[in-house]
Amino acid sequence: MAGLKTAKSVSMRNQEPAERKKNFEEVALGYSEEEALTESKRCVHFAPKLLDDGRTILCCPERPCTKGCPVGVDIPDFIKAVRDGEMQKAVDILKAKNSLPGVCGRVCPQESQCQAECVVKDAGDPVEIGRLERYVADWELGQRKKSPLKDLKITPTGKKVAVVGSGPAGLTVAGDLAKNGHKVVMYEALHVAGGVLMYGIPEFRLPKDVVMSEVEYVRSLGVEIKLDHVVGKIITADELLESGYDAVFLGPGAGAPMFLNIEGENLNGIFSANEFLTRVNLMKSYLFPDYDTPVQKSRVVAVIGAGNVAMDATRCALRIGAEQVHIIYRRSMEEVPARHEEVEHALEEGVVFNILTNPIKFIGDEKGNVTEMICQKMELGEPDQSGRRRPFPIKDSEFSIKIDAAIIALGTYPNPVIPETTSELELTRWGTIKTDENTGRTSRKGIWCGGDMATGAATVISAMGAGKRAAKDMDEYLKNN
Amino acid sequence: MNKILKKEILTDKIHMFEVEAPQMAKKARAGQFIILKISDKAERIPLTIADYDRERGTITIVFMEVGKSSTELATLNEGDYIECFAGPLGKPTEDENYGTVICVGGGFAIAPIHAIAKAMKQAGNKVITIIGARTKHLLFWEDKIRAVSDEVTIVTDDGSYGRKALVTEPLKELLTERSDVKLVVAVGPVMMMKFCSLTTKPFDIKTMVSLNPIMIDGTGMCGCCRVSVGGRTRFACVDGPDFDGHEVDWDVLQLRQTAYIKEEKTSMDRYMSEVNKDGSRGDI
Ligand SMILES: Cc1cc2nc3c(=O)[nH]c(=O)nc-3n(C[C@H](O)[C@H](O)[C@H](O)COP(=O)(O)OP(=O)(O)OC[C@H]3O[C@@H](n4cnc5c(N)ncnc54)[C@H](O)[C@@H]3O)c2cc1C
Ligand SMILES: Cc1cc2nc3c(=O)[nH]c(=O)nc-3n(C[C@H](O)[C@H](O)[C@H](O)COP(=O)(O)OP(=O)(O)OC[C@H]3O[C@@H](n4cnc5c(N)ncnc54)[C@H](O)[C@@H]3O)c2cc1C
Ligand code: SF4
Ligand code: SF4
Ligand code: FES
Repeated sequence: MAGLKTAKSVSMRNQEPAERKKNFEEVALGYSEEEALTESKRCVHFAPKLLDDGRTILCCPERPCTKGCPVGVDIPDFIKAVRDGEMQKAVDILKAKNSLPGVCGRVCPQESQCQAECVVKDAGDPVEIGRLERYVADWELGQRKKSPLKDLKITPTGKKVAVVGSGPAGLTVAGDLAKNGHKVVMYEALHVAGGVLMYGIPEFRLPKDVVMSEVEYVRSLGVEIKLDHVVGKIITADELLESGYDAVFLGPGAGAPMFLNIEGENLNGIFSANEFLTRVNLMKSYLFPDYDTPVQKSRVVAVIGAGNVAMDATRCALRIGAEQVHIIYRRSMEEVPARHEEVEHALEEGVVFNILTNPIKFIGDEKGNVTEMICQKMELGEPDQSGRRRPFPIKDSEFSIKIDAAIIALGTYPNPVIPETTSELELTRWGTIKTDENTGRTSRKGIWCGGDMATGAATVISAMGAGKRAAKDMDEYLKNN
Repeated sequence: MNKILKKEILTDKIHMFEVEAPQMAKKARAGQFIILKISDKAERIPLTIADYDRERGTITIVFMEVGKSSTELATLNEGDYIECFAGPLGKPTEDENYGTVICVGGGFAIAPIHAIAKAMKQAGNKVITIIGARTKHLLFWEDKIRAVSDEVTIVTDDGSYGRKALVTEPLKELLTERSDVKLVVAVGPVMMMKFCSLTTKPFDIKTMVSLNPIMIDGTGMCGCCRVSVGGRTRFACVDGPDFDGHEVDWDVLQLRQTAYIKEEKTSMDRYMSEVNKDGSRGDI
C-alpha cells in the first residue's frame, strides 16, 4: 500500500505468560502515548498522496473499516484526533456511536469486524483500531478519575422508562434515554450491574473498574438502578407498563447454559462455563476463603468448546492453579470461533488444544467426582448451514482422558422467565424475542428488546448497537405518545 | 438493602427473621425462595419463604446455622440491613383444591411446610400435617402449624415430645387408613424427602418435594442447581424447586450437595477462629 511506512502494527505490551497465568491482572497493558501516536499514523485515510501530475488523492477514501464496525464508528476521524493530540475530540467521535469504547476496544472481535476491512491489511497488519479505541477510552477514564463527573443539564420530559437487564444493551439504552431527559429505572437480577461484562468476562481481560465506571456514568445521568430485581418474578413487564412506565426495554441477555446431555454430566467437578466464571469473576472465588464462595481447585481441567467463553474458562482455570488445561473442540483450528488474541494468549499460557475431538461420556468415582472423560475423534465433512464443515465421528476412535474437572462452554440460550411472564410477546423458534432489527420493537406495543435476548448469544458491540437503535426509536415514540 | 424488622430464636440453631420487602411480599407464594447476600465478600444463599404478610410488607425466613454463611447471618439483629435480598424465586407450589393433602416437614423445614400448608388450606383442601424433629426442643411453630391444618401429628426421633417415630411412619399409616389423600408434599432434609417418596410410591399418590441443591444466581444462569428428574436435567431454581418425588434421582442430588464439603469446613473453621479471637460471638 502506497504511503505506508511500515506493514507491521505497533504491538501491545502484555504481561509475560509465565507471570500472568498466576494472577488476575490485565494481560494486555495498553499503548503508551508514543505507541498510540505511531500506530495512529498507520491509518492512511487522512494521508493524501501526491500524484505525478500534481493532484493529491486520499489513499483510503472509502473508509471500509467503518462498514466492518457493527455500529459504524467514524474510525479514521477518531484516529486522526489521536494523531493530532486532540483526545477529547477523539472521545466525542467514538462516543457518538459507541457508548462503551473502553469495553469494545478490549473485547470486540476486531479481526473479523473493523480491522478485517482495513486496507492497510493488504500490506501487512491492519491498523490496530481496537487498541487505539482502548487508548482513547482509558485516557477518558483517567480524566474522569481526576475530575468527578459533572451533572449534565438535562430537561426532564416527564416520561418514564424501565430497562430490564444491565448488560451492554441495557446500559446503552438507559444512558441514551436519560440524556434525552426521560426518567430511567433499570432492573437487574444480580447484585451488581454490568451483565456478562461483570459475571462472565474475567478481570484479566476486562478490568471490573472499567465496567463499573461505565455503570457509574449511567447512574450519574440520573438512572436509578434497582439491583436484586428479577423481572418476571418480583414484577412482570406487563405490570411495569401498568404501573406507569411509558415504555419498557428488555435486555436480559441469553444467559441459560447449554449442556452436552451425555452420561455422567451431573457428576461433581463438571460445571457450565457460566457457573465456573460466575464463581470466579462475580463471586471472586479466586480469593476464597477471603471471599466466601468456593471454587473447586483442579489439577487437570477439560474445557469443552472453543469460543471466547471457553478461552476465558481455560485461562481462569490456569489462574486458580490447574496444572493442565485442555480445550476439547470437535472441529478444526480453522473453525475456532474465539477472538484470535484470546487463542494466542491461551496457547502462550500453555493451554492444550485437542481439536477434532468430541466428549461422549464422563466417568466418576464413588464420591460422585468426575475422574475421566471418554472422547472420540472426529473428521470434517461437507459444510453445514453455518457454512462450517460438519464434524463426523471416526469409528472406533474412542479414547479416555483423566481429568478432575470439566467445564462445558457450548453456548447459551434465552432464559424463559421473561417470555413466560409477558403477555402478547411473540417468540422465535429459538426462544428469542421477535424483534425488529432496525428499531428494536417487539410484537407488543410499548416493549422493545435488544442484545442477546433478541439475537441469541452474540457480541458486546452488537448488543450495544441494538441498544442505540432501540433508544432512538423509543425516544421518538416517547415524544409522540 | 432490606431491614430486619423482627428476629426470633426459634430453637437452638434455628432463627427467624421478618424482613421488610413490600414489593416482594405482594408477589410471594408458598414454595418460592429468596437469595440473600449479607456483605461484599459473602456468598449468595437461598432460603425458602416461610411466610409473608402482604399488608405489613414482610417476608419471613427461617434458617438453621449449618456453616459459615448461615452462622454469620444469625449474628444480624433487628434493625440491621441485609445487603442483597432477591426474590421471590422459583415456581410456587401448585396450591389447587385437591381434596385432602398431607404436608410433611422436618427440621428447619417446619417453616416452609407451614407456608405450603397455609396455601393448601386457603385453596380449600383438608390439610393433614406431620412435623418432626430430632428432639423436643428443636420443634417450633406448633401453634402456627395447628392454625393452618385440620389434623397435626408431631414426631420426635427420641420420643421426647409427640410420638417417637420418623415422619414416614405416621405418613404410611395415614395412607393405609385413608383413601381420600390426593397429594403429599414433603419438605426437609434429602433423606427425609427421599423416604417420604419411597413411602408414598406403593400407594401411587403424587408426592411433591422441594429440592435444595447448591445454588448461585437462582435465576437459571449458572446450572449449578441442576438435578435429574425423570431422566432429564432440570434447573431447581427456575424449573423448581418443587418436583415429583417419585421421579427425582436422589443419589445425584445427595452427591451434588457435598461438592464443597472441604471448602465449607475451611470457611467455617476460619470464621470461628476469627470470632473467637475478637470475642464477638463467644456464645456459639
Ligand atoms: C464468558 C463470556 C465471554 C465473552 N467474550 C466476549 C468477547 O470477547 N467479545 C464480545 O464482543 N462478546 C463476548 N461475549 C458476549 C457478550 O458478552 C454478550 O453478547 C453481551 O454481553 C450481550 O449483552 P446483553 O446486554 O444482551 O446481555 P447480558 O450482558 O447478558 O446482560 C443481561 C443482564 O440482564 C440481567 N437479567 C437477566 N434476566 C433478568 C430479569 N428477568 N430481570 C432483570 N435482569 C435480568 C442479567 O443478570 C444480566 O446482568 C462473551 C460472553 C461470555 C459469557
Ligand atoms: C431452594 C432452597 C431453599 C432453602 N431453604 C432453606 C431454609 O428455608 N432454611 C434453611 O435453613 N436452609 C435452606 N436451604 C439451605 C441453605 O441454603 C443452606 O443451608 C445454606 O446455603 C448453607 O450455607 P452455609 O455457608 O451456612 O453452610 P455451608 O457449610 O456452606 O454448607 C452446608 C451445606 O449447605 C448446602 N449449601 C451450601 N451452599 C449452598 C448454596 N449456595 N445453596 C444451597 N445450598 C448450599 C450444601 O449442601 C452444604 O453441604 C435452602 C436451599 C435451597 C436450594
Ligand atoms: S466498536 Fe468494535 S468493531 Fe467498532 S470500531 Fe470499535 S473495536 Fe472496531
Ligand atoms: S480502512 Fe484502515 S486505513 Fe482506511 S480509514 Fe479505516 S483504519 Fe484507516
Ligand atoms: S442457581 Fe444458577 S441456574 Fe439455578
